[in-house]
Amino acid sequence: MNKLIIGRYLPGNSWVHQLDPRTKLLASFYFIAIVFMANTWLSYLVMFAGVMVMIAASRIRIGFFLRGVRPMIWLILFTVGLQIFFTTGGHVYWQWGWLHVTHYGLINGAYIFCRFVLIIFVSTLLTLTTQPLSLADAVESLLRPLRYLHVPVTELALVLQIALRFVPTLMDQTTKIMNAQRARGVDFGTGGLFQQMKAVVPLLIPLFVDSFGIAEDLATAMDARGYRGGDGRSKFRVLAYHSRDWVAGGSMIVLTALLLLTRR
Amino acid sequence: MDITFDHVSYTYQAGTPFAGEGLQDISVTIHDGSYTAIIGHTGSGKSTLLQHLNALLKPTSGTVTIGDRQITSETSNKNLKPLRQQVGMVFQFAENQLFEQTVARDIAFGPKNFGVPEAKANALAEQMVTLVGLPASVLSQSPFDLSGGQMRRVAIAGVLAMQPSVLVLDEPTAGLDPAGRRDMMQLFAKLHREQHLTVVLVTHQMDDVADYADHVLVMDHGRLVKTGTPREIFADPVWLTANQLGLPKTTQMAMALQRRGFKFAELPLTTSALAAALLPQLPVKAGERDE
Repeated sequence: MNKLIIGRYLPGNSWVHQLDPRTKLLASFYFIAIVFMANTWLSYLVMFAGVMVMIAASRIRIGFFLRGVRPMIWLILFTVGLQIFFTTGGHVYWQWGWLHVTHYGLINGAYIFCRFVLIIFVSTLLTLTTQPLSLADAVESLLRPLRYLHVPVTELALVLQIALRFVPTLMDQTTKIMNAQRARGVDFGTGGLFQQMKAVVPLLIPLFVDSFGIAEDLATAMDARGYRGGDGRSKFRVLAYHSRDWVAGGSMIVLTALLLLTRR
Repeated sequence: MDITFDHVSYTYQAGTPFAGEGLQDISVTIHDGSYTAIIGHTGSGKSTLLQHLNALLKPTSGTVTIGDRQITSETSNKNLKPLRQQVGMVFQFAENQLFEQTVARDIAFGPKNFGVPEAKANALAEQMVTLVGLPASVLSQSPFDLSGGQMRRVAIAGVLAMQPSVLVLDEPTAGLDPAGRRDMMQLFAKLHREQHLTVVLVTHQMDDVADYADHVLVMDHGRLVKTGTPREIFADPVWLTANQLGLPKTTQMAMALQRRGFKFAELPLTTSALAAALLPQLPVKAGERDE
């Protein structure tokens, strides 16, 4: 579980770290959307160059990003495989029954691979440089207009923040309870499916009990400190756009222009 | 069963960018039948050390020898069950491990995992519940209906029911009331005395170290910085304070008395030793001389 890089935050003080979380969130979504517009080698090259500039600005070693791809590699290879074997058109290199490798298939496979890598790099960059709580703040701020449609935005953001806040706590608790049950002779991850399912019960029940305990304590603590819903509540971290956020937005426009020039 | 650490180091999340040092070059032997206390401030590596005692963690380098089993970084996770049965482990806030529908079933859970037949495991549950000082009537209750202190006792009973030969205790009395603390510590001492159980105790209570342990390991920043008998460890109050540790209350009291003119050949560690050392020095009242 500790090998997962996506979702981790790496403290730092780089240009990217200092961007407003809203900028980073919007830019990441925007980048992921325009990845699908790339359809020539040159346009993919442009996108990769864009990501490399962002990574350089974050001053995080490229190794982190490559590691981020690793847990997804089987999903990627599976999808690429589908593309290669089932795309028709162009020169046929190899055929066996209804499986065939064609020119278009190979190109599509390579494109899909690039898309995956680009998307993973950008999402990894987002979470490595942004604290989860800032991300939740950004979501709240971006969803604010929906309040006029009576969407409980602050409550949703609170739920998101609490969930994010307690991920590490629950991971810790999971490790502790697993250790306690292993010490009592439970083997996790061995034996048949039924045995493994049975082994999870002594882990899940204490976790549930603990989560309810945490929820109750948290509710009491919030009550005791006078929490009465998010409306009109002031913020400790006030989000504000700075000049670098405009630079980041401008870069996205430049990237889009380059992409439009190089795509077919 | 001796447990020997030979140049053991442990790195958390080895090979990732988040790697952190857990233990550094630990060499020590915990002898069969001893009562060893491990002290050190929070984050000094005590709990990491404990988890090596039953191979929950495997050393990144070095060897841990538990009885006749050698554990190195290459040891596979299979066939560790016999070892886990021999080294019972009571974790901090052990009540968190309870999950069964009844107390009896939760206590019998450990033994059954180690292949003890159902009937025998249930008999063990009854026996252990009495041993930890709970009425037999709780056996059929849900563990979640009990008080925190009672749940802790059930969890401890669950570990004792595995009939280990080494009992590892990670702050077993944290959060218990004074009576509960005393009961539990005396139970462990009794098991140590009568059944020659090897006990390893992690604690912040220097009084417990002075009262029960015959050997002390002091940890700091993942290193073993001092080992010795409680007397040797508590002989240097300045060093202890510098390492964010303290003295047993009795010893503090004795030092205060020393400043008032009382004399001690060696600083007493336990209340009975203090009383014995004080008695000849107390002025006797006139009326009591003849009694």
